[in-house]
Amino acid sequence: MTFSIHVEVRLRPGIADPQGATIERALPTLGFDGVSGVSVGKSIRFEVEGTDEASVRAQVDDLCDRFLTNPVIEEAVVTIEQLEQATS
Amino acid sequence: MSVRVGVLVFPGSNCEQDVVWAVEHLGAQAELLWHGDGSVSGVDAVVVPGGFAHGDYLRPGAIARFSPVMEAVTEFARGGGPVVGICNGFQVLTEAGLLPGALQKNAGLKFLCAPAVLEVVTTRSVLTGDATVGQRLSVPVNHFEGNYTCDDRTLASLRDDDCIVLRYVDNPNGSVDDIAGICNREGNVVGLMPHPERAVDELLGSADGRVLLGSLLSAAGTSVTA
Repeated sequence: MTFSIHVEVRLRPGIADPQGATIERALPTLGFDGVSGVSVGKSIRFEVEGTDEASVRAQVDDLCDRFLTNPVIEEAVVTIEQLEQATS
Repeated sequence: MSVRVGVLVFPGSNCEQDVVWAVEHLGAQAELLWHGDGSVSGVDAVVVPGGFAHGDYLRPGAIARFSPVMEAVTEFARGGGPVVGICNGFQVLTEAGLLPGALQKNAGLKFLCAPAVLEVVTTRSVLTGDATVGQRLSVPVNHFEGNYTCDDRTLASLRDDDCIVLRYVDNPNGSVDDIAGICNREGNVVGLMPHPERAVDELLGSADGRVLLGSLLSAAGTSVTA
């Protein structure tokens, strides 16, 4: 089975996010008032072959921990979706 | 025989020639070590220079740790060999797990390029062996992600184990505990954000980096004769 993976890499709370802060400060100059909590992260997508969602999730969590994020400053939010089987 | 310092070159490194020049200016030999080679060629010390190794893709230093040379550097460090990471080199060493913590974006939200006054905190590292505790040094910084951070437990052990090497006198980037440089427990692996190689001659505005790189050469010389 093929699973579609989406990893959102976010900065941990308290970690400096100058891009988010700059965007938030710029918005009022365009007339967008009342926007707060802007944060900038990364979005990483890929596909994984596996037998079931639980084992795929374990593998992706490990991959995020060891490579896609630096756990000192970042955290990952993983979304897994099973791709539809091709029917002949 | 004079001390041989290996300077790593990744795609995107851009301070390696400055380090070579500084090392030679101080009377030692320097040679460039390509990241794709799995050896440190028997050098007496290794410097991981500044720049943007592998374009800082994913995160600064994140890809560099997969370069073949890093395995050789890790082995060299485990054997007690002196290793210093400067700026992006510091980021590479934290990502490679040779030093704890991480470098986040500067608290002031700005890229910083200015002289910084540092205070020597310990002389037991390979970068500060010839300095004195409390000595103040003017060395330039040049970074966007130089804000050192780590969890409370790591910070406590850095303090308890005398692993904080240099502190900023006037913290420019928000680093926890004013940390400008740290070392591992053994003192042979050091990472710092300021660039001592850009402060080795009065013509450059400061020669205060000499005592730091000079200490490294002394440490490398000791490990040669040992």
